[in-house]
Amino acid sequence: MKEEITITIDGVEIKTKTGEFILRAALNAGIYIPHLCFHPDLPPHGSCRVCTVKVNGRHMASCTTPAEDGMVITSDDAELLDLRKAVIEMLFVEGNHFCMFCEMSGKCELQAVAYRLGILVPRYPNLFPQREVDASHPDVMLDHNRCILCGRCVRASDEKDGKHVFELMERGAKTRLGVDAENNLGETNLSIDDKALDVCPVGALLIKDTAYRIPIGERQYDKTPVGSQHKGNK
Amino acid sequence: MALELRNQAVNVNEIVSNHGTERHHLMNIVRDAQDAFGCVSGDTAKAIADAMGIHMVEVEGVVSYYHFLTRKPSGKVTIYLSKGAAPSINGVRELTSVLEEVTGSKFRKSGADDAVGLEWTSCIGMSDQEPAALVDGVVITNIDADKAGSLVAHLVNGGDPKEFSTETGDGKNSSDRIHAMVNNNIRKKGEIIFGDRIVGDAIRKLVAMEPSAVLDEVKNSNLRGRGGAGFPCGLKWDFCLKNEAANRYIVCNADEGEPGTFKDRVLLTEQPELVFEGMAVAGYVLNAEEGIMYLRAEYEYLYEYLLNVLNKMREANLLGCNIAGMDGFNFDIKIQLGAGAYVCGEETALLESTEGKRGEPRDRPPFPVSNGYMGEPTAINNVETLSAAARIIEKGADWFKSFGTEKSAGTKVLSVSGDVERPGVYEVPFGITLAELLREAGGENAKAMTVGGPSGKIVSSADFGRRIAFEDMATGGSMVVFGPDSDILQIANDYMEFFIEESCGRCTPCRVGTTLLTRHLEKIRAGRGTKSDINYMINLGKVITGMSRCGLGLTASNPVLSTIENFSELYDGLLTGEEFVPIHDMDLAVRIGREIANFN
Repeated sequence: MKEEITITIDGVEIKTKTGEFILRAALNAGIYIPHLCFHPDLPPHGSCRVCTVKVNGRHMASCTTPAEDGMVITSDDAELLDLRKAVIEMLFVEGNHFCMFCEMSGKCELQAVAYRLGILVPRYPNLFPQREVDASHPDVMLDHNRCILCGRCVRASDEKDGKHVFELMERGAKTRLGVDAENNLGETNLSIDDKALDVCPVGALLIKDTAYRIPIGERQYDKTPVGSQHKGNK
Repeated sequence: MALELRNQAVNVNEIVSNHGTERHHLMNIVRDAQDAFGCVSGDTAKAIADAMGIHMVEVEGVVSYYHFLTRKPSGKVTIYLSKGAAPSINGVRELTSVLEEVTGSKFRKSGADDAVGLEWTSCIGMSDQEPAALVDGVVITNIDADKAGSLVAHLVNGGDPKEFSTETGDGKNSSDRIHAMVNNNIRKKGEIIFGDRIVGDAIRKLVAMEPSAVLDEVKNSNLRGRGGAGFPCGLKWDFCLKNEAANRYIVCNADEGEPGTFKDRVLLTEQPELVFEGMAVAGYVLNAEEGIMYLRAEYEYLYEYLLNVLNKMREANLLGCNIAGMDGFNFDIKIQLGAGAYVCGEETALLESTEGKRGEPRDRPPFPVSNGYMGEPTAINNVETLSAAARIIEKGADWFKSFGTEKSAGTKVLSVSGDVERPGVYEVPFGITLAELLREAGGENAKAMTVGGPSGKIVSSADFGRRIAFEDMATGGSMVVFGPDSDILQIANDYMEFFIEESCGRCTPCRVGTTLLTRHLEKIRAGRGTKSDINYMINLGKVITGMSRCGLGLTASNPVLSTIENFSELYDGLLTGEEFVPIHDMDLAVRIGREIANFN
């Protein structure tokens, strides 16, 4: 069924299968396209838009666009770099992200992608929203201040854990992460070994009593930038 | 009806069993629950989830998404007052304070204890008779202070909103099954959509033709989508046909939510058979047996009427089995009501909503022609497009092409409102200039107008020579006219607020960018803007346009970008001479802080 096809990313020809998403094909071929809401173990979500590339000149999210034979894709150019930075900066100002005292600093994907793309400070003013911390669960803390609404936990809890603990609620600028309970996370059947906790790219879902076991400075992205196993983008 | 009474009458299990436990029934179930209980509380959501075998958070995700579904009641009965450009022009701001005074409630702050709650809602499709409101699905139009007072008095006394007024509008609005005070305001009838016809003519003609000949006729007519995007109708059907499938679906997009548009309201009132015949034409071409009309919640007052029209068409053998005596031509139509979400007019969001989910647009590809409703190939067309398709079958492609321009065949039904003497619906041939339209509608004094609503462009009189046509200004038909005294940047600001509320919130650039853009517009309007803020807004607009997931994000910056382009002098007049002014107004913050601290 799935035939082998060839696509070109930034002038490099790679082989993939019909229908494979461009981002997956790129990562499998060792080419890094910056991304956030995408997680290799989950179906794509297409929401953060960081992985946007140009497909035959059109802007498409590479995580949700199926590859077709002969596609010519641009990922590494100045315009896309600036647009990706802009979107990441939007995520920073939308929530309350204080890297300097966040437990995830050094292993946070938002921070890591920002560093990799060379963001020093967001071009947009902080919105400083009022958001809550839900510490009702015995093992897990949900800090809405840091949530980037990537939907990873929603998909993981549904598809991997079979629980559907999370769902995006409301809409527009009021969109927030909801939990499967009348009041709070403590009333759900979320457990400490759920995949949903594992996939959070930021510090929105944290396991209690595990903080700072690895000192800052010795964490994953303190040593090598995100995606450094792949070649490709700056 | 008092809430307590409603509670006793029904229970959740009954509602669920009335529809079925499959996931795609969730929209109808939560709608019924809202009707029965006045809200969908946590307990109700839990009970629905249990009865359907899904999770409570799934129910709440849906309920929280749609404007007319609420988790807490806002009043024993709620007045949803329409806001936007046309309401503003017709005095909704003054009405706001009147309503707050007579109800004792506050907009956005109404609670269960209020006898009459007050909520805002985006355009309800009554721009030609604003201020207007919805109360339990009943449309109240042309509201002045007197009418507001008597409405509230009626509701406070426990009156049924349906019985508030005996006043009915023109045409079929006065028929038993509509009985609404809505007026059609058809100011100009064209040959195609509002031309005289006999019900069933399109279907009778249809069955004498091969499906492939019908498709060819539609293709030859050059009919393009009337929702605004202008995709060739025949080509869409052809794509859909080429996808092998056991089932195909025809979906009619009757979710016209673009502020300022109301033409489908009139079409559905006066020519519903034509619309349904158009769906049958599509069904015949695509060998589909099921059609779904997605009707916006704001038009629920037409629901019973439309169901009755469908019944009459079945009785006349224009729908159902072996239609018009043709063996094996089976096609029927059901109506799916929405629950208040502009973005559901986007075709893939509409499909999600029809499947009982949050109305978030889907990733494309795949397109609905291959993976549409329930994953099956689906043709989604606008109300007006389907009507035109039926007429093309009746009268032929050549006749259709005799109207309009070479590249834009046929007519366009326009919704005209705002500062004009004759607001209403105009069916005009493509190619008409904005100036000609303004003359017909009595709006020659206009200094600006919106072509295509907030997602379209705000143009100045310099552009009034331009034409309504795919080759010049393509539009779904929302034309809001602004007179000499209008505050154009206030309008742009209102339009941006609209997008902030109506964005589905899934993708970053639209969810965050609309807020950021609005803040800068507000900064400039407050007289604190600098030249660099204009560039900032242009660049931010490019990010939102270039990175968003669907058409809403693609166009959400237009109110700012089109006014920067067409009204640069308004911006220039507001800029300070300074090099840089921070967006955070420190003086204001200190002043507010001192007031809070009582430190003067």
